[in-house]
Amino acid sequence: MFIIGELLNGMYKEVGEAIKKKDKSVIQRIAKEQVARGAGALDLNCGPVSKDPVQDMQWLIQAVQEAVDIPLSLDSTKANVIAEGLKLVKNKAIINSTSADAEKLEILVPLAIQYNASLIGLTLDKKGVPQDKDRRLELAARIVADCQEKGFPVENLYIDPIVLPVNVAQNQARDVLEVLREFKIISDPPPKTVVGLSNVSQGTCNRSIINRTFLAMAIGAGLDAAILDPLDKELMNVLITSELILNKQIYCDSYLDAYRKK
Amino acid sequence: MAIELAKEKWSGVINQVKIGAAKAISVGQEQALPFLHEEGGAPHKPVVAYEVWDTVPADWPEALISAYGNVLKDPVAWVKKCVTEFGAQLVAIKLISAHPDMGNKSVEEIAALVEKIKKAAGVPLIISGCGDNAKDNLILPACAEALKGENCLIGSVTQDNYKTITAACLADGHSIIAESPIDINIAKQLNILISDMGMPAERIVINPTVGALGYGLEYAYSIMERARLAALSGDKMLSMPFICFVGQETWRTKEARATEEELAGWGPALERGIVWEALTSAAFLQAGADILVMRHPKAIDIVKKNIEELMRG
Repeated sequence: MFIIGELLNGMYKEVGEAIKKKDKSVIQRIAKEQVARGAGALDLNCGPVSKDPVQDMQWLIQAVQEAVDIPLSLDSTKANVIAEGLKLVKNKAIINSTSADAEKLEILVPLAIQYNASLIGLTLDKKGVPQDKDRRLELAARIVADCQEKGFPVENLYIDPIVLPVNVAQNQARDVLEVLREFKIISDPPPKTVVGLSNVSQGTCNRSIINRTFLAMAIGAGLDAAILDPLDKELMNVLITSELILNKQIYCDSYLDAYRKK
Repeated sequence: MAIELAKEKWSGVINQVKIGAAKAISVGQEQALPFLHEEGGAPHKPVVAYEVWDTVPADWPEALISAYGNVLKDPVAWVKKCVTEFGAQLVAIKLISAHPDMGNKSVEEIAALVEKIKKAAGVPLIISGCGDNAKDNLILPACAEALKGENCLIGSVTQDNYKTITAACLADGHSIIAESPIDINIAKQLNILISDMGMPAERIVINPTVGALGYGLEYAYSIMERARLAALSGDKMLSMPFICFVGQETWRTKEARATEEELAGWGPALERGIVWEALTSAAFLQAGADILVMRHPKAIDIVKKNIEELMRG
């Protein structure tokens, strides 16, 4: 499982203030903590209140790269924020994200090719978030086809079916789980799959247990990557155990410790 | 059109373990499955250690007795013969005489003996206990101290008995053999337990325990293969080199021991065991063995030649 740490997001109060005050120490501490707990990449998002997202993203990238050497996921809806950010990324980059809209794909797929970056494709277009799994599959297929046409390797594409909060769209979680498997039949080699995990529990009172349970179910459905909070120890235990049950790790009595010794 | 072979790419690498001080030998560091040179490097070739006992082996068959002759009575002379006559680069001492039922030699006697052997050998040493946990917990720390600075490989420790010997190896700068009963889960667990005591992973060698050809070879083979695949895929707690005690397994089989009278038509007794030991070893080389502990000099010669050929690619 490829783990993308979600905590460097301006939406979180501590991070938002650190970005505003340009306080590197907070950002670097959170970066190091996430890597120490198993993150294979870090998501960077300036948050909704950033007045100058291009500069803020560049500052974030530089601050994080001084502390850790790890792939960075540039998380913005604005293509120019990603384009300017990519210029500074030293390790591998992940573009987070494109939608299935042609005008976004036109800009972001060539950027991904130029920087040899991975690309997250959301099954979403101007009409909004799909209400069922067929529409998700259709949008995913559109993104895959566009990548193939432009010569972007589909193995570096991560399709995100968009997880919705279970208290808002309870009928959709099952569709999301089912479509994770169906994405794999779009092409050969198939695209990879990713979810923004915490969204499933947004606004609920029992966030951690909902996140954990959904993660286990999604891993069971073949999920390749997740944007999540690696500091949530119980969540990580569920992730490690799910992989163990799928025979991706060799069992031993201390398998949780063994995973963390990696 | 030329056929292009599919090549596997691995993210993990086997640890390098160094044995010995002056004439140190390194094993491990493979980046691919055994002898697939196109897929990844293997800077160190597998090595063979000559098995030497500190007491006359009472039940060794004639094929082995005749290969060594008189030196079987004197471990120091035995080691010397292995090094000077047979060209051994690594010797594995088995301290049988410390066993309560096999001589029960004292800790002091054993420590003095290994010092003598060290001086006579001049090559890196592997030190194995007598197999009695309580006694091994006394003699192996004493050996570790007597051989301080020699960077020996000492063992075997098991899941139920590892703390005392691990602490001794840590204190005196030796590496350790972690033994598991043909069980990959226990092998991994023991490596975690040992490394939790502060032992660097680069000083642990896995003894997966093996069986001879016809006596469970394939079980051990598949465990080693699976562990090696996991290691090459990045499992750090299985990324240790393997040591296989092939000699002790082979030379207790009927095929290696029976006389021509007992087994008419099975071929000369003096050759059968050699073939059995060489064949068993050759199989474990393919499973990923890094150190083979063997008995018959002729079998060792065959295996060494096999290693040279395989390493040439």
